[in-house]
Amino acid sequence: MSPQPQKAVGSPLSRVDGRLKVTGKAAYAVDHDIPGAVHAVVVDSSIALGRITGIDTSAAEACPGVLKVITHRNAPRLVYRDNPVSNNPRGRRLRVFQDDQVLFFGQPVAAVVATTLEAAQHAASLVEVSYEARQPTTDLAGRPGNPLLNYARGDAEAALASAEVRLDREFHLARNHHNPIEPHATIARWDGDKLTLWDKTQYVIGTQNEAAAVFGIPVENVRVISPFVGGAFGTGLRTWPHVAIAALAAREVGRPVKLALSRRQMYFTVGYRPRYEYKLRLGADRQGRVTAMAHEPTYETSNHETFWEATLFLGQMLYNVPNVSQTLRTVSLDVNTPLWMRGPGFSSTSFCIEVAMDELAHELGIDPVELRLRNEPTRDLSTGQPFSTRRLRECFRVGAREFGWDRRNPKPRSTRDGDWLIGTGVATGCYDTNRARAEAHARLDANGTAVVQSAASDAGPGTYTSMTQVAADALGLAVREVEFRLGDTLMPPAPPQGASQLMASVGSAVQDTCDKLRQQAISLAVGDRRSPLHGVNPDDVVVIGGRLQVKDQPARGETYRQLLARNNLTHLEANGLYNPEAESPYSMYAYSAVFAEVGVDVNLGLVRVRRMLSVYDAGRIISPKLADSQAVGGMVGGIGMALLEHTVTDHRDGRIVNANLADYLVPVNADIRDLRAIYLDGDDRKADPIGVKGLGELVKVGVAPAIANAVFHATGRRVHELPITAEALL
Amino acid sequence: MSTDPPAAEPSALSRRTFVATTVAVGGAVAAGDLVVGPSAFGAEPSTAAETGPSTRVSLVVNGRRLTVVVDNRTSLLDLLREHLGLTGSKKGCNAGACGACTVLVDGRRVNSCLTLAVRLEGAEVTTIEGLAKGERLHPLQQAFIDQDAFQCGFCTPGQIMSGVGCLKEGRTGSAEEIREWMSGNLCRCGCYVKIVRAVEQAARWK
Amino acid sequence: MYPFSYTRVSDLRTAVQAGSDGGRYIAGGTTLVDLMRETVERPGKLVDISALPLREVTATKGGGLRIGALMRMAEVAAHPTVRALYAVISQALELSASAQLRNMATIGGNIMQRTRCTYFRDVTASCNRREPGTGCAAREGFNRTHAILGTSEQCVATHPSDVAVAFAALEATVHLLGPAGERTVAFSDFLLRPDNTPQREQSIRQGELITAVEVPAQPRPLRSGYVKVRDRQSYEFALTSAAVALHVRGGVIQVAKVAAGGVGTVPWKLSAVEQRLIGQRPSEALWTQAAEVAADGAQPLAHNNFKVELLKRTVERQLRVVGGTR
Ligand SMILES: Cc1cc2nc3c(=O)[nH]c(=O)nc-3n(C[C@H](O)[C@H](O)[C@H](O)COP(=O)(O)OP(=O)(O)OC[C@H]3O[C@@H](n4cnc5c(N)ncnc54)[C@H](O)[C@@H]3O)c2cc1C
Ligand code: SF4
Ligand code: FES
Ligand code: FES
Repeated sequence: MSPQPQKAVGSPLSRVDGRLKVTGKAAYAVDHDIPGAVHAVVVDSSIALGRITGIDTSAAEACPGVLKVITHRNAPRLVYRDNPVSNNPRGRRLRVFQDDQVLFFGQPVAAVVATTLEAAQHAASLVEVSYEARQPTTDLAGRPGNPLLNYARGDAEAALASAEVRLDREFHLARNHHNPIEPHATIARWDGDKLTLWDKTQYVIGTQNEAAAVFGIPVENVRVISPFVGGAFGTGLRTWPHVAIAALAAREVGRPVKLALSRRQMYFTVGYRPRYEYKLRLGADRQGRVTAMAHEPTYETSNHETFWEATLFLGQMLYNVPNVSQTLRTVSLDVNTPLWMRGPGFSSTSFCIEVAMDELAHELGIDPVELRLRNEPTRDLSTGQPFSTRRLRECFRVGAREFGWDRRNPKPRSTRDGDWLIGTGVATGCYDTNRARAEAHARLDANGTAVVQSAASDAGPGTYTSMTQVAADALGLAVREVEFRLGDTLMPPAPPQGASQLMASVGSAVQDTCDKLRQQAISLAVGDRRSPLHGVNPDDVVVIGGRLQVKDQPARGETYRQLLARNNLTHLEANGLYNPEAESPYSMYAYSAVFAEVGVDVNLGLVRVRRMLSVYDAGRIISPKLADSQAVGGMVGGIGMALLEHTVTDHRDGRIVNANLADYLVPVNADIRDLRAIYLDGDDRKADPIGVKGLGELVKVGVAPAIANAVFHATGRRVHELPITAEALL
Repeated sequence: MSTDPPAAEPSALSRRTFVATTVAVGGAVAAGDLVVGPSAFGAEPSTAAETGPSTRVSLVVNGRRLTVVVDNRTSLLDLLREHLGLTGSKKGCNAGACGACTVLVDGRRVNSCLTLAVRLEGAEVTTIEGLAKGERLHPLQQAFIDQDAFQCGFCTPGQIMSGVGCLKEGRTGSAEEIREWMSGNLCRCGCYVKIVRAVEQAARWK
Repeated sequence: MYPFSYTRVSDLRTAVQAGSDGGRYIAGGTTLVDLMRETVERPGKLVDISALPLREVTATKGGGLRIGALMRMAEVAAHPTVRALYAVISQALELSASAQLRNMATIGGNIMQRTRCTYFRDVTASCNRREPGTGCAAREGFNRTHAILGTSEQCVATHPSDVAVAFAALEATVHLLGPAGERTVAFSDFLLRPDNTPQREQSIRQGELITAVEVPAQPRPLRSGYVKVRDRQSYEFALTSAAVALHVRGGVIQVAKVAAGGVGTVPWKLSAVEQRLIGQRPSEALWTQAAEVAADGAQPLAHNNFKVELLKRTVERQLRVVGGTR
């Protein structure tokens, strides 16, 4: 098979769905116009632990327009069979309206269905629930941790004891909420025993399987549609209780039901980045070679489920550390269950490791970039495997040059600009390259255009665009001649849009599919007496601009249209697949070097990021314009994590105190100045057939520590807690 | 391109054409002056009429004059989304804290979630759906595409309407000024740098 | 949101009549609609006053300004006279909320806005201000943003307005029109400390309408400005803020008007700071020395202790910015 020229891939294309998005025509979950739909509003528990002793729904039911109030008293029993095709963690998931138990603050305790949104909202506020409340425990320090995972190599304790330099630190990271601007929302419609859901989800197949499991119906009876997702950052990887509520409500009232969570409810039932407490001990020699690290991370999970995220990888593989010990603990609290948030695990652990590395550099008087280079491993010490690619050195070299790192005076508190103390900091970012089985379908029509589809999701990275690019090159068509569709369970299955695996997996499947389709056309042509390509070795044929031609003899060929027309074919189609081997012989990660410059107001303690530069080793970049946006967006997210974001729980009653966007602060436009991303020109075919290593998660990792290190450099104050706010710096 | 999956609902606008220039919205249908388009209803008029005190309002939305009967509690945002089929304006917080619902009322950018529809007698409302002239995009819409000033696109209608306000207000003297005057619109995907560039591009265009 | 009836009024008499009959005025609606949606506010009857003729800035005889209550925040901020004479007012407004909200919200509504205490806004929490006698969840709860000055056992919430801080500094008066006619109230008496009645927030009677806020004449030249300290650069209420206006003649500070926001249950007039400034020559040392007393009497809570120091530094900063140094 002759390789196709890559024209679309790697070119700075504008988003193919851009026009829909700037005209307001892109239809997100509750934008779909489903005739006859009525509205459901969820009533939340106002206690965090206990039992419902009474629900008075009479006032709500008396409201004009109210069709039904659903509570555990009148809800039918639901099946809730086990669901392996989901991201449900170990444990017993919340079952909506199945009993009188309250497990966390804001748990749904009733739902009101009414003909208008106004009526449903008002009636929901009239539902009177009485409780027998018990004292909840919601503070990480409130209960002992349960060991979840251990790891050891070498003898960390001995190496620490004999180390020339030692650090012993404890880090505290706040809980963060994903807070996409689109709240979770679902429309549910039953047609007999068939259920259709228009849902905000990063995993239509997950939602499909979960809905089927909840209602005990065959998976094929559920269709999930999700063409546009208004941001998710991980919160759409699991099917949360409101989806079941929407479907239940629709079944109860016999009409389609629309249910959108309020912003407040976005802090109750749809996951979050867990709070961390992280003890880290580090030993090194005077040359800055780290000889030992002992990690003891602890994070929160719910009482009913044990959340897992990749907390241990970085500590095992990032640096050339011979002696490592790790103990991961979870604390089970009376809270909702966390869920992966952008750069899950890695973002949190990198803060601790990279701040500690900065402290070590400072203590030893070694440049922080140099310190990291001195600890570069030649292979993955956790598995012994070679790296598929690892160009972290180059990231640092390019980054230091472009950022002007060598102009830095290493002394803390040495640079000032008016009232601002200026500091710069650096950190390593890293995220693992994941791949999963994916399928796609492609169809080439007689008019020479193609439609390619896979049940993937696009919550912002630009799946529509990047898949169109891959498909266009593989088919030898112009981008505008290819349409990529996603977000529907009727399409071939795709993995969740999480863990940065979508591009690699679906991209490889799309490539395989389109390769097959192209080969089909080529075979047809070379076997067709009437074709100018008759008898040519198929391996010598390429397709360019919709025209099949001999590679070295471009004049000899014909177009798809001519070929299909002559053969009286309306279309050609193919199914394709990407099915990665379970075990790769390589250690596969994407890397970055993150540089930040901050100003800290010398009197007021305010921190403002003045500029950032990140250099990424992320394999091949399919869509440079969109990749740049992702990178910059990841930095913005990291700035939020570093300086602003903090979900506050009132531990007296488990209430989330700042459950709104005026009090849970995310960066605004004025917080963001000069952000720059550089992707090393790369291609990692050991990772996957299209050579990508994933970006979406990587871009957030390392941002918070780079900022924290810059704050130290500006002020001489070392902060071990996130977010870093004025009170720590006054 | 069309990104609708096969057999899924077509985009809201193509289907929800107004059957007449007047529609009743979740309220009592007064004889004579209101023509009811079924697709303009979130619910059947009879039940909607009973849900709360309502008022008749005449206003202009994207150049079309409408007379609607609204539940007094209905926000402009819900009027647009639930009753007029204009789902381009988004609800991110329903509390004035995100800007996703930004539209122009009498030429000024406002948060439609905090605007009661009942108060809009005689007002002129412009939403994202009313910005392009036929197929020709508003320069700021085009600039958003050119600069890749969005990812998920959910904040985008609000950003663009706010940007149109910002341009009108002449708050585009410097990147710093744009940043401050565009700070009423959160973008969780973090597209701010590019939003500023898009507003700059449109400002040059003028 | 609870159902309500709605009327529009276009003249003051009808407005006051409707207000006296139990109607609730709605101006920009940015506080009221928000709180109605949270069911914190449940008015049965809304009286839309936006068509009333209260939308002018006029010069008063003595050289002061009268700002109509229905002027929008954006209009006042941009008003050339306001900008020229009272930069502190323009700045306080432009550092408030967002461009969209400033296009909607009015001056009258702004000074009437209610606290942003999150327990107050959460009807499932106990709150004396919302429901007298239920207790104050913030006092022992999360109170980072709460007040350190003017608090009581009953309530520790801040008044969130920025422009009210400028008004407090400048010793504005509030013009009211009620069934019994017109009256004026000094700004310092208009917003009430919680004491034992946190639910009573303003000295305004049923049916009374704010018609204007009047800023008295100040000696010229007057240098003034507003600084707002907050975690993020924009679109956030103040952690601390300071409004400063200085009149310097013959190298000596003749008039000093200073107030702070984000720290008090009402905008906090800093008379002690003013006293330390008047009659002195501007200097770095003076700013520091004057600001030292800014937080006198502060009673910090578990999470807002930092505001004590931050307040002093905020005031010092703004004295320096406005007063300059020689
Ligand atoms: C997300 C967000 C952020 C914000 N940030 C800031 C900020 O940083 N700084 C700041 O200062 N403010 C801020 N605000 C508050 C905003 O400024 C106020 O909501 C606004 O000023 C209120 O004015 P309005 O005209 O909308 O009042 P309305 O909501 O119409 O009315 C508020 C109250 O005043 C009464 N009222 C209104 N006008 C009169 C009158 N003429 N006579 C008698 N009573 C009257 C009403 O009955 C009601 O009780 C913010 C608001 C939001 C939602
Ligand atoms: S501080 Fe005041 S407003 Fe807040 S909970 Fe206490 S009483 Fe209520
Ligand atoms: S939805 Fe109106 S500001 Fe957020
Ligand atoms: S583009 Fe996703 S929130 Fe702005």
